[in-house]
Amino acid sequence: MDLLANLALGFEAAFTPLNLTYCLIGVLAGTLVGVLPGLGPTATIAMLLPASFALPPVTALIMLAGIYYGAQYGGSTTAILVNLPGEATSIVTAIDGYKMAQKGRAGPALATAALGSFFAGCVSTLVIAIFAPPLAAAALAFESPEYFSLMILGLIASVALARGSILKAIGMIMVGMLLGLVGTDVSSGARRYTFGIGELMDGVGFVQVAMGVFGVTEILRNIEHEIKNPRLIVKVTSLMPTREDFRRMVAPIFRGTILGSALGVLPGGGPLLASFGSYSMEKRLSKHPEEFGEGAIEGVAGPESANNAGAQTAFIPMLTLGIPSTPTMALMIGAMILQGIQPGPSVVTEQPALFWGIIVSMWLGNLMLVVLNLPLVGLWVRLCMIPYHLLYPAILVFCAIGAFSLSNSIFDVQLIVVFGLVGYLLAKLELDPAPMMLALILGPMMEQNLRRSMTIARGDVFVFVERPISLIILLISAAVLVLAVLPMIRKKRDEAFVE
Amino acid sequence: MRAIGDPKDFWSGVFFIAFGAAAIFFAWQHPLGTPMRMGPGAFPVLIGGLLILIGIATLVRAFFRSGEPIERITFVRPGLILLSVIVFALLLAPLGVIGATVALVLIGSAASQKFRLPSALALGLGLGLGSAAVFGWALGLPIPILGTWLGG
Repeated sequence: MDLLANLALGFEAAFTPLNLTYCLIGVLAGTLVGVLPGLGPTATIAMLLPASFALPPVTALIMLAGIYYGAQYGGSTTAILVNLPGEATSIVTAIDGYKMAQKGRAGPALATAALGSFFAGCVSTLVIAIFAPPLAAAALAFESPEYFSLMILGLIASVALARGSILKAIGMIMVGMLLGLVGTDVSSGARRYTFGIGELMDGVGFVQVAMGVFGVTEILRNIEHEIKNPRLIVKVTSLMPTREDFRRMVAPIFRGTILGSALGVLPGGGPLLASFGSYSMEKRLSKHPEEFGEGAIEGVAGPESANNAGAQTAFIPMLTLGIPSTPTMALMIGAMILQGIQPGPSVVTEQPALFWGIIVSMWLGNLMLVVLNLPLVGLWVRLCMIPYHLLYPAILVFCAIGAFSLSNSIFDVQLIVVFGLVGYLLAKLELDPAPMMLALILGPMMEQNLRRSMTIARGDVFVFVERPISLIILLISAAVLVLAVLPMIRKKRDEAFVE
Repeated sequence: MRAIGDPKDFWSGVFFIAFGAAAIFFAWQHPLGTPMRMGPGAFPVLIGGLLILIGIATLVRAFFRSGEPIERITFVRPGLILLSVIVFALLLAPLGVIGATVALVLIGSAASQKFRLPSALALGLGLGLGSAAVFGWALGLPIPILGTWLGG
């Protein structure tokens, strides 16, 4: 029973006072972020990354992961109570969750979301524990051509699943790759795109870019149409769902968990797609489809389980292959690199305590969220009432201090201003910064793998289709791209987001 | 006259083409190498070229589709926000984190319609002292608490 031995190792690593404390800090910070309007997990992880430098790698990653899935919980709390989804993944929760709250059933809705998320968290933690090690073992046999193809698949899939124009998203990938090339080229020592600026020799930091396009840009956008704070009209009385509620939530939670675990692995909007997909699936399967939109408990249970399961399994490609599936995962990879760990399949074998510690901490974090968040609902609601004009200066201060602390450099602070402006202009053109962020991390890796592949193959570009695994990966990429641009599928995909 | 159907696509295309062209232009000074030993110029030129192609496709598409006009770009409020962070960066060394934070919050808050000087000042001082305590003292980040002008 390798699995049990591994999980035991993970418990040993996660169950230290230090790691438990930072897990708690992470999930609380995450919930706070999920509750507060106009602040997302990506920007928060970027802001808190410098604060994690002093921590051991396991502890740092446990805290950052806690922020990530804590935000999912927080987002659904405000979605239900004030019809304000803190995160994109809780948009569908707001539909029926808020209706339930208006009918005086806010408590059961919150409890359903929490129970569904917790169940999904447990199952998806197991899914990671079972599937990640064999995947990593298989990936150990990969060489440069396979990696190059895998990164192409990752980027194409992220584009196919994203909302909006695929053409523009591919363009943003290229922009991100070019940004990633800024700095000293590791193979030749050539200084590319540095324009004589010394600070650019190490490249454009992805943390600064993330703070800019996700933190500062968000504020610029919100200040244009000033956010109105929600008014709380619902009271939370009893949290306990009725027997009938329990009966109706079981199947959606199971289905949502399965759907979410599967979709979460996909690059791009895995968890987001999972929550939308689960909602339309429940609506289709329900005996009372007319109740959807009027406060159907299935409409809370399914999507909430799905997005939490998806948020967890999104760690699989990151932990086993070192390939990020979302901008948040790109930041986690960045955190590992800054901690001196080379992300990739060797993490499982070379750093088992780190790997299993993170996995077990996710389960612990989910438990903490259920135990803490339901009693703390009142506090979270009050926090979401903080007026935005007091909130955004604070976010700016944390971004500025966080950027400075990366390497005690004023230049990094100016960089977040530049990318804040860039993000603002990109938003005006409806260009999504997420593919750019992924490519920023993947670009330099792709270049290295391309060069190595070409050297192995003595300059033969057909190496990528001559090696069977690489060929299969490329064929899947092509299939994904074709499916995504086919008008029929596209319509379906857009419908899934509209519903 | 509305020849351009989708202005967002049009300007996205222009942006892609310009970015790709600039990428190739500045990569040209680096050797391309051979396929077997790719030089530092090869990958940027390749990606820059692909970006130009995508830019052209986006640009052409703009004439065959209809889309909404680009949302108006405003200058004053976003400008104040960006300025506040620039000022923070400039004041951090001379004034220290407390002074720089107060300046950031005052300038940044002025972008809001709900700006009130007393509350912004209080927020700035609170955040400044809080950051100095948490980041400087508790977390031990090497951030200047008092700047060189204040003898810190």
